Amino acid sequence: MSVSKEDVKHIAKLSKLYLTEKELEKYTKDLSNIVTFANELSSIDVEGVRPTAHILDIKNVFREDIREASYDREQILKNAPTKEAGCISVPKVME
Amino acid sequence: MELYNLTLTEIAKKIKDREVSIKDVLDSTFKRIDEVEGKVDAFITITREEAYKEAEKLQQRLDSGEDIGVLGGVPIAIKDNICTNGIKTTCASKMLENFVPIYDATVITKLKEAGAIIIGKTNMDEFAMGSSTESSYIKKTKNPWNLEKVPGGSSGGSAVTVSGEMAFAALGSDTGGSIRQPASYCSVVGLKPTYGLVSRFGLIAYASSLDQIGPFTKNVEDAALMLNVISGYDKHDTTSANIEKKDYTKFLVNDISNMKIGVPHEFVKDGVNEDVKASYNNAIKTLENAGAKIVDIDLEYAKYSLATYYIIATAEASSNLGRYDGIRYGFRAEEFNDLEDLYNKSRTEGFGEEVKKRIMLGTYVLSSGYYDAYYKRAQQVRTLIIENFKKAFEKCDAIIIPTAPNTAFKFGEKTENPLEMYLEDIYTVPVNIAGLPGISVPGGFDRDNMPIGIQFISNSFEEEKLIKIAYTFEKNTNFNVEKPNI
Repeated sequence: MSVSKEDVKHIAKLSKLYLTEKELEKYTKDLSNIVTFANELSSIDVEGVRPTAHILDIKNVFREDIREASYDREQILKNAPTKEAGCISVPKVME
Repeated sequence: MELYNLTLTEIAKKIKDREVSIKDVLDSTFKRIDEVEGKVDAFITITREEAYKEAEKLQQRLDSGEDIGVLGGVPIAIKDNICTNGIKTTCASKMLENFVPIYDATVITKLKEAGAIIIGKTNMDEFAMGSSTESSYIKKTKNPWNLEKVPGGSSGGSAVTVSGEMAFAALGSDTGGSIRQPASYCSVVGLKPTYGLVSRFGLIAYASSLDQIGPFTKNVEDAALMLNVISGYDKHDTTSANIEKKDYTKFLVNDISNMKIGVPHEFVKDGVNEDVKASYNNAIKTLENAGAKIVDIDLEYAKYSLATYYIIATAEASSNLGRYDGIRYGFRAEEFNDLEDLYNKSRTEGFGEEVKKRIMLGTYVLSSGYYDAYYKRAQQVRTLIIENFKKAFEKCDAIIIPTAPNTAFKFGEKTENPLEMYLEDIYTVPVNIAGLPGISVPGGFDRDNMPIGIQFISNSFEEEKLIKIAYTFEKNTNFNVEKPNI
């Protein structure tokens, strides 16, 4: 299995990235190489093998539902590119 | 002999015994930085002013008889993907070029509690994606052993601050080798702890099931001390292991008799540089002469680690980096037509080439139609690799393996073919896949006098074995004493 230009166009869209024609060429080549390399896994017999998501024997981690002080609004808004009336402002999403 | 030549343990003692003032130590450190930084470009941000302020406060406390901690007054550098309250944390990306965290990562809180002084934030591959620090948006860091060569990566800046003696220790992060490989390239000690031993709270995520913070130091003793400070359970990290804290400095003993060291012959047979191979064989002999029993082990699935890694790590990255949308923090494109265009432009302009590549690869392996063939299969192979190691550790206490197949390469040499660059991680990646601890220690030099690292790997949460073996190795070789001529 190799990666086509059409595939890269599709995943760029899913990844919310614009690509120039030149980038499309380059990424198609690079991703094809990596995916071809990754195909070596297809030769391994994994029948019945349990997948590992992470290595610790920890499942759901809960805590008591106790209120704690958080950061103040001004602090949190410090890194927002634009803000208005104590909120992060964004372009209009509905006409 | 300058103060900056001392080790972390030595300088901490001198400060504590009030043989030197903390200001003296900072003066020496910044003098060194002024001499060397212009040549190596290891720092993204230097916090000179804040450091001197902190020094004054610590000195006052010390003078009034207070215990200011085991790292009291010692200058330490931090990789720029670890959040520092009030200090820019850029991830070496345009996306976070102006990001100033409003909280400290848990490791930073712990360092501060132990009295350490943060002197700056270090350069890295963008979002920790790379093996040479070349993918940094900010600058290129040079290897102190040869300025035409890369320092390794992704924690290249941190490795260089310690190698160039601009800091007594530094923190890095290791997802596929990003502490150990630059440690190897720069001839310092680099330790990647067991997944879960050190809190990831405040570490800007790359691949959450693999990322782990660890120290760079001048020797093994200092690594043990740093691990004492940064390890421990943290309720802010749901993957933090709630286990009893150990004092790793207790295992600084030059004695490995009765210990069994595993050698994975098949795995290191091909693709290793001749000089690295020679140093590796010498290292095995050193351990044998020190009384260890050498046993053969088989890591038949380890060779699949790299493919497994590039599927799992990129899948997790594509998800983790979804948060950079130009809305709440980080880079926002100046011109856009609508919200969708804002997302797309901000990400397109904010991320560099390697980051985009990995986001897209991760998106690909997770997308419908490919999920089972790639992502699920990689997770299954991950299980096989873990079982491989489990079996190996029934036969030995630790494994010895080169840290990297080659020594540092020239700038641009491996940027054209990403697979070549990725191959530099072949011996470090299996450790992350299995969540194990690994340490790289200076293990010799190649024919061009470039450093070679030797890696030890132990079972999960058995860092004390690594400390013991690495310490014994260091005491019987002394490669760590050699310094770059810079």
